[in-house]
Amino acid sequence: MKVTVMERIEDKLYQNRYLVDTGRPHIKVRPHLSPSPNLLALTEICPAKCYEVNDAGQVEIVVDGCMECGTCRVLCEANGDIEWNYPRGGFGILFKFG
Amino acid sequence: MSEEKFDAIVVGAGMSGNAAAYTMASSGLKVLQLERGEYPGSKNVQGAILYANTLETIIPDFRDDAPLERHLVEQRFWIMDDTSHTGMHYRSDDFNEQRPNRYTIIRAQFDKWFSGKVREAGGTVLCETTVTKLAQDLSGKVIGVHTDRTGGVILADVVVLAEGANGLLGTRAGLREMPKPEHVALAVKEMHFLPEEIIAERFGLTEDEGCVIEAGGTISRGMAGLGFLYTNRESISLGIGCLVSGLASTMEKPYALLDAFKGHPSIRPLIAGSEIKEYAAHLIPEGGFKAIPQLFGNGWVVVGDAAQLNNAVHREGSNLAMASGRMVGESIFHIKCRGGAMTKQNLSLYKSMLDKSFVMKDLRKHKDMPALLHTNRQSFFTTYPKLISQAAQNFVRVDGTPKIESEKATSAAFIKARSRWGLVSDAVRLALAWR
Ligand SMILES: Cc1cc2nc3c(=O)[nH]c(=O)nc-3n(C[C@H](O)[C@H](O)[C@H](O)COP(=O)(O)OP(=O)(O)OC[C@H]3O[C@@H](n4cnc5c(N)ncnc54)[C@H](O)[C@@H]3O)c2cc1C
Ligand code: SF4
Repeated sequence: MKVTVMERIEDKLYQNRYLVDTGRPHIKVRPHLSPSPNLLALTEICPAKCYEVNDAGQVEIVVDGCMECGTCRVLCEANGDIEWNYPRGGFGILFKFG
Repeated sequence: MSEEKFDAIVVGAGMSGNAAAYTMASSGLKVLQLERGEYPGSKNVQGAILYANTLETIIPDFRDDAPLERHLVEQRFWIMDDTSHTGMHYRSDDFNEQRPNRYTIIRAQFDKWFSGKVREAGGTVLCETTVTKLAQDLSGKVIGVHTDRTGGVILADVVVLAEGANGLLGTRAGLREMPKPEHVALAVKEMHFLPEEIIAERFGLTEDEGCVIEAGGTISRGMAGLGFLYTNRESISLGIGCLVSGLASTMEKPYALLDAFKGHPSIRPLIAGSEIKEYAAHLIPEGGFKAIPQLFGNGWVVVGDAAQLNNAVHREGSNLAMASGRMVGESIFHIKCRGGAMTKQNLSLYKSMLDKSFVMKDLRKHKDMPALLHTNRQSFFTTYPKLISQAAQNFVRVDGTPKIESEKATSAAFIKARSRWGLVSDAVRLALAWR
């Protein structure tokens, strides 16, 4: 018997505590016509599913669920696809257990 | 504050930063520690196993008040395929010793405790403060830091970069390179809460005893990766990590890997009925010895994960972080005592201490492992686990097949999958990398 119950990522992130710095996203995607392979990969491999492809085929980010892991930075900062900073002190993810 | 000058500024209040700040503060240096989290630990993620011996050299009586979960009496290594696991269990009552060797911890609580010790020792700890940039003079010497608080540069003789796996400052200042996707793993983790008695019963433990499982195999879907399950007092830490390069090429969703691991028939019953209270993600440095960057320069030193001091083979990171933090603290104290300046030449003392310690010796020993696992990931993480499961099943299942035939079938399966030469060369390469 094989049962794999897939939970929605939203439900996972819902458990977490965040202090969102409204209007000051700490990661930005550089405007582009078509995304690079690495940028496109982030729509699948970002553990918080922050990246999505919009109707025009470009990759967008909503940082609210971001866990500040740095995966997107490692893949996409060097080639200029994204601009990555830590949130202001005290903002962002607040792990209760870690 | 900008008028004041510190002996040392420590960036980060994780394992390495706390060890460095504590060592310096308790030897009387004027230390400022900056942490971007709301409290120390609020940004940190670990499995987490604490190795007592490293902490003991820093705080000998830590057991009196540190928040420890369970001391470990049992370790399981599992090789998994989709429906089975083949395992080795090691359990010993010897681990029920006076001063246990390994404990599980919860980082948010542990880091808060450790940071409290820094304060008690006289260090100044400022949380909710993100360091945005290193301050350098015209010669490139690091002279302090800029933060996101108002006020100018905060000056210090030396800055200790304890900023963790995803450290921005050192890379931005050109002191080291950004980690490569094949040198870092992304781990995702959940905290599963269960009553203490249920955990004890499911794992055959008494009160304080703990058990850990490290698992490899098809759960990482052909990527170099590992799963883990650690028992805390009333929760289970469960997670899986894979190299970022692997994720980028397979486009696997980390949370889908985690859900599949949780749903595996060998894991599912262990966490059944639990309440999940947190989902976390963090990078782990996996590049090993060959990925270690320059560790010191004029006015700066780097410790812990930021310096890639992480032993992926043995799943040790926090103790290398604490050990490097302590050695940096001792080196800086030593240089101060002689009245020396925090020059690159003087700070090389840190590197020579590190070289003589278990930190560099262990990392050097396994220097070929990361590349071996990375380039042979199909065999090590898919082919062998499947073969091992098949072999175990051939051995155990009684179905009227003569033993000689099932043994033949087993070896034929291995040879078919990897060829005789492939098997021998995998074994030799593994042995050489381990040596
Ligand atoms: C899932 C997982 C499981 C693990 N399991 C184990 C295990 O069982 N045993 C083990 O020994 N190791 C384990 N490790 C490794 C271990 O967690 C690390 O090696 C260890 O935490 C490294 O300590 P550190 O001080 O170098 O970095 P961290 O503990 O990451 O601390 C870095 C600190 O710096 C702060 N910081 C960063 N940048 C700034 C800035 N610009 N301004 C201010 N503050 C900043 C961060 O907020 C953080 O507090 C695990 C790691 C992970 C991710
Ligand atoms: S830092 Fe991690 S969680 Fe945040 S957006 Fe990047 S990949 Fe996603």
